[in-house]
Amino acid sequence: MIMLREGMDEMCAQGEWPLYEVFVRSKRGLNHVHVGSLHAADGEMALRRARDLFTRRNEGVSIWVVKSADITASSPDEKDPFFAPSADKVYRHPTFYDIPDNVPHM
Amino acid sequence: MTADTEAATPELEEHFQRTIDRDQRIEPRDWMPEGYRKTLIRQVAQHAHSEIIGMQPEGNWITRAPSLRRKAILLAKVQDEAGHGLYLYSAAETLGADRADLTRKLIEGRQKYSSIFNYPTLSFADVGVIGWLVDGAAICNQVPLCRSSYGPYARGMVRICKEESFHQRQGYELLMTMMRRGTEAQRRMVQDATDRWWWPSLMMFGPPDHDSPNTAQSMAWKVKRHTNDELRQRFVDMTVPQAEALGVTLPDPELAWNPERGHYDFGEIDWDEFKRVVSGDGPCNAQRVAQRRRAHDDGAWVRGAATAYAAKHSDTSHDHRGSQGL
Repeated sequence: MIMLREGMDEMCAQGEWPLYEVFVRSKRGLNHVHVGSLHAADGEMALRRARDLFTRRNEGVSIWVVKSADITASSPDEKDPFFAPSADKVYRHPTFYDIPDNVPHM
Repeated sequence: MTADTEAATPELEEHFQRTIDRDQRIEPRDWMPEGYRKTLIRQVAQHAHSEIIGMQPEGNWITRAPSLRRKAILLAKVQDEAGHGLYLYSAAETLGADRADLTRKLIEGRQKYSSIFNYPTLSFADVGVIGWLVDGAAICNQVPLCRSSYGPYARGMVRICKEESFHQRQGYELLMTMMRRGTEAQRRMVQDATDRWWWPSLMMFGPPDHDSPNTAQSMAWKVKRHTNDELRQRFVDMTVPQAEALGVTLPDPELAWNPERGHYDFGEIDWDEFKRVVSGDGPCNAQRVAQRRRAHDDGAWVRGAATAYAAKHSDTSHDHRGSQGL
């Protein structure tokens, strides 16, 4: 989901604000979800701007911001061998096991 | 490009197109053809610029809104437009575009925005008509883009469409108020604004299909889901009954229901005017870009001050952490 950007340091050196990714918890009981990104001079400013940008209509009760450059991401391509180990272990799933129909509550 | 990646391209391209054909989304770090990336950056940047420039025609009326209620609504609406611009710049950045560079291209006149914002807002009724017709046309254009093949753009469009609905309804309600409870002069203002904005609104859907050479590729990539003429027809069909309910006349003598087609027929659009305005010769082009440039230049000290503060602050907190470590 995150575009890792070369030249980020160079950009900051020129006085451009770094990019922050924004995560919002829409209500209690739910996870924070990535909603987009914005530029800010520092984390505190990123939080304020995230509030103004992403929660103008009660969309959130909590916000996280993190510098995009600080995110380490996997390749999103599903063919990537990174995820291959999860594809060949069918025995991790409950449907792998045959249980007679007359056994209750299983 | 190395020989290796070049050799892999046909396979990557096939995988890319298969993903789109299955109606799955392309995400930022997926491999994509250069043409797809360029088309999207242009489309998303142009859209972002339109939202940002689009603050000006209506922002013009904030200080002169006729009541506190209308002023609060208009402020919220213009703030939304700024937000929409920021969602979209954020989407463009996931494609590798640089935000400062996009702003530079806008204020140097090297990238376009929707031609509709080059028309002036002459009365407060224009605020209502912009909400009704211009935002109405934008919704027609944008709802299908919630299914754009590019994930970040599609997700941005979902947010934007939710908010546009408020924009259109506040405009229509404003006009209803003027038509039903206003004076004769106020009703004439509404008709006058409708007369001026109707044709430019139809132009918002872009050139006719036979004059839109990139449409086929954009449809195959699913960055465009309907042709310009399809969307324009949909807008006309939706708007005619709204005009009747409002009690205004749409300024087109050829506008008539066609039972055979099941659609409204409408007159020929002045494409010469469209080309003139797009290429920079509309009533307000120079003023809009100059105003954007002024806002950018006037804000330079704020950006500089915040950068300096952040630098100083991060030094301090670093020292603090260091001393704690000791």
